Amino acid sequence: MADFGGDTDAFRNEAKAWLEANFPPSLKGKGGMMQGEGPAASSPDFNAWTKAMGEKGWGVPTWPKKYGGGGLTPAEARVLQQEMNKIGAWNPIGGMGTMMFGPTLLEYGTEEQKMEHIPAIATQKVRWCQGFSEPGAGSDLASLSTKAEDKGDHFLVNGQKIWTSGGQWADMCFCLVRTDNTKKHEGISFVLIDMKDPGVEVRPIQLIAGASPFCETFFTDVKVPKANLVGPLNGGWAIAKRLLQHERSGISGGGGAGARGGGTFGVGGSPAEIAKEYVGVDEAGRIADSDLRSRVTSHEMDAKAFQLTAIRTMMEAKSNQGPSAATSIMKNAGTKVGQDRAELIIEIMGHQGLGWEGEGFSAEELSFVRGWLGGKATTIFGGSQEIQSNIISKRILGLPDPLNQSN
Amino acid sequence: MAVLTEEQSMLRDSARTWTQEKSPVTAFRKVRDAGLPLAYDPAAFAEMAEMGWTGVIIPEEYGGSDFGYLSLGLVLEETGRTLTASPLLSSALAAASAIILGGSAAQKESWLPKIAAGEAVGTLAIDEGPHHNPSKVAVKAAKAGAGYTVSGAKTFVLEGMAANVFVVSARTSGGDNDKAGISLFLVDAGAKGVSRKALKLADSRGAANVSFDGAPAELLGEEGKGYELLEKVLDRARAGLSAEMLGAALQAFETTLDYLKVRVQFGQVIGSFQALQHRAAKMFTDLELARSCVEAALTAIDNNSPDVPELVSLAKAKMGDTLHLVSNEMVQMHGGIGMTDAHDAGLYLKRARAAEATYGSQAFHRDRYARIQGY
Repeated sequence: MADFGGDTDAFRNEAKAWLEANFPPSLKGKGGMMQGEGPAASSPDFNAWTKAMGEKGWGVPTWPKKYGGGGLTPAEARVLQQEMNKIGAWNPIGGMGTMMFGPTLLEYGTEEQKMEHIPAIATQKVRWCQGFSEPGAGSDLASLSTKAEDKGDHFLVNGQKIWTSGGQWADMCFCLVRTDNTKKHEGISFVLIDMKDPGVEVRPIQLIAGASPFCETFFTDVKVPKANLVGPLNGGWAIAKRLLQHERSGISGGGGAGARGGGTFGVGGSPAEIAKEYVGVDEAGRIADSDLRSRVTSHEMDAKAFQLTAIRTMMEAKSNQGPSAATSIMKNAGTKVGQDRAELIIEIMGHQGLGWEGEGFSAEELSFVRGWLGGKATTIFGGSQEIQSNIISKRILGLPDPLNQSN
Repeated sequence: MAVLTEEQSMLRDSARTWTQEKSPVTAFRKVRDAGLPLAYDPAAFAEMAEMGWTGVIIPEEYGGSDFGYLSLGLVLEETGRTLTASPLLSSALAAASAIILGGSAAQKESWLPKIAAGEAVGTLAIDEGPHHNPSKVAVKAAKAGAGYTVSGAKTFVLEGMAANVFVVSARTSGGDNDKAGISLFLVDAGAKGVSRKALKLADSRGAANVSFDGAPAELLGEEGKGYELLEKVLDRARAGLSAEMLGAALQAFETTLDYLKVRVQFGQVIGSFQALQHRAAKMFTDLELARSCVEAALTAIDNNSPDVPELVSLAKAKMGDTLHLVSNEMVQMHGGIGMTDAHDAGLYLKRARAAEATYGSQAFHRDRYARIQGY
């Protein structure tokens, strides 16, 4: 396996000692998905762990110390992750603030904006949601119409956003608004809206997987201070595109060396192991159903190829060769692996893999069903599979844009 | 592209320059049309040897540069792009690996300097039927004085007509399908009892069926334990072939992409049609994924990593699938012109299928991958 180099024994010892002193054993292996977007947790151990990691800055290990990050090198961050894995510890700091908004603000925000918002993300004190999509602006995001009128010291925002993940629990929203009607992409600005402001209304949406963190968000005469404009007026589209890159890498699950594809949505689990259990093996130890074995193998190989590509893009990024062209394929490749895995697991478990709730099904079986359904969203949000293919065609392969759009 | 050392970058650049200038697809076409007896141009191979490509994996004490498999893979990727026909893979990678890994000091001394200099050609003679199946060995070896003799027939031996020495798998004990009891031997191609017959395959590369009738043979490695050695050798050959296939697939894709940008129908270039764009995006995606697998396999060999077998089977299978797709799309997206012999598409298609079948097809390597993983 590839060697990332830079392993530092001194830091390993430091990390180990700190984790031992601070990670509550009661939380071992209980890291749920989507921490930071769900409702605030209430257990004292969870709160203590969140507080400790937040104050240490290790929830966002590579962010600058100045803004509340850990200030670690990528090599140290990997060591930290390894040490956490060893004892079943997990990162309680998460959500859109860490995954998408924080990295984007670090790049585009003013010093005042960074000092105000980044430390609160690093400590999980403020939860963020994303106000991008609208009922009339999905794949064609730049056609968005939520408008922000210039009223001197503030913008007056009116409109509707949809698929606002975690909107019902969020404190703040990073939002794309129209500040110029005469231009499409060049009429969009990036603003930060306080979800507790008068005129903000959030309604959760029930999805095919049951309860979901997705909402509709309505803005009616919401006053947004001018200081909450990120980047130049009408310059929001470039920031949005950068943010979407962070989002896509998070969705693909390509963000780390252990990446298996599928990211934080969909299901975990190994189809090969589950098949051995639910379908059985022949006398030679092979999955008994040869057609299924062949498909499981193809899937496992796809997952491995994706994992190797995630490692390769990381190493290329580190080596000053410039951004890897492979980055553009990660979302489609990762989401396909994740969805294929879920479909295979459901098929392998038969009717036992179709339980909705109640008795007769293990918690894991039920979670696979919900994960399988929830994972269908991965090829739709963050730029659908088709939009990703358009982007590869246009930006990487240099093929002409049939619609002459600039997304 | 893997992170390369400066020397590796230089090697790749020089390989790219030479193949593009001295050995473009038109050169391969000339070899094919001339019906050269060895199915490659010996003068071109001599130039490759002069540049040191035939010694990339061979230790310095035997005349090579000991530069590793990833490095040789970079060269093979470039020769794959232009369909350059030569014994680089069969001799300087496969046979050389067998002798490096299994040979005695005397065997190394006899063959490696000559292989490194391009003066001798070696190759593996291991299969006995249309499908790669290295554990199925009916060729028999018998003790004869201080050495052995081998008898039986081997099929689809790469560069079988050019070879000066064969690495032959033969049975010293056990049944036809037993892994135990297989031994490897070096057999001089000029020895008594060796006969060979050229095969004309669709890809116009060199191949032969080779018969041994009591031919004198030197044991390579340990008697009866040749299968473990052969697997190691084959994994190196498979990874190298995968690199060549990566080059062929990249060129097939880029040629097709260029065509999508110039062919006009309905008043616009056909590359503006989304139906074709998304297929191009899929090919690009598969190529990037396959490249990761090929480079990981070659790197694992260089690092002597325990996961070489699984990474090699992954690379050969993923690369096979990808080359399969891209070579088909190359013909389809070129339309009528892609069906003509004058166009290169057919050459890539034919090479693709031959390379897929060599050293184990996708089906072979999927099954092997699953076995290694324990399902």
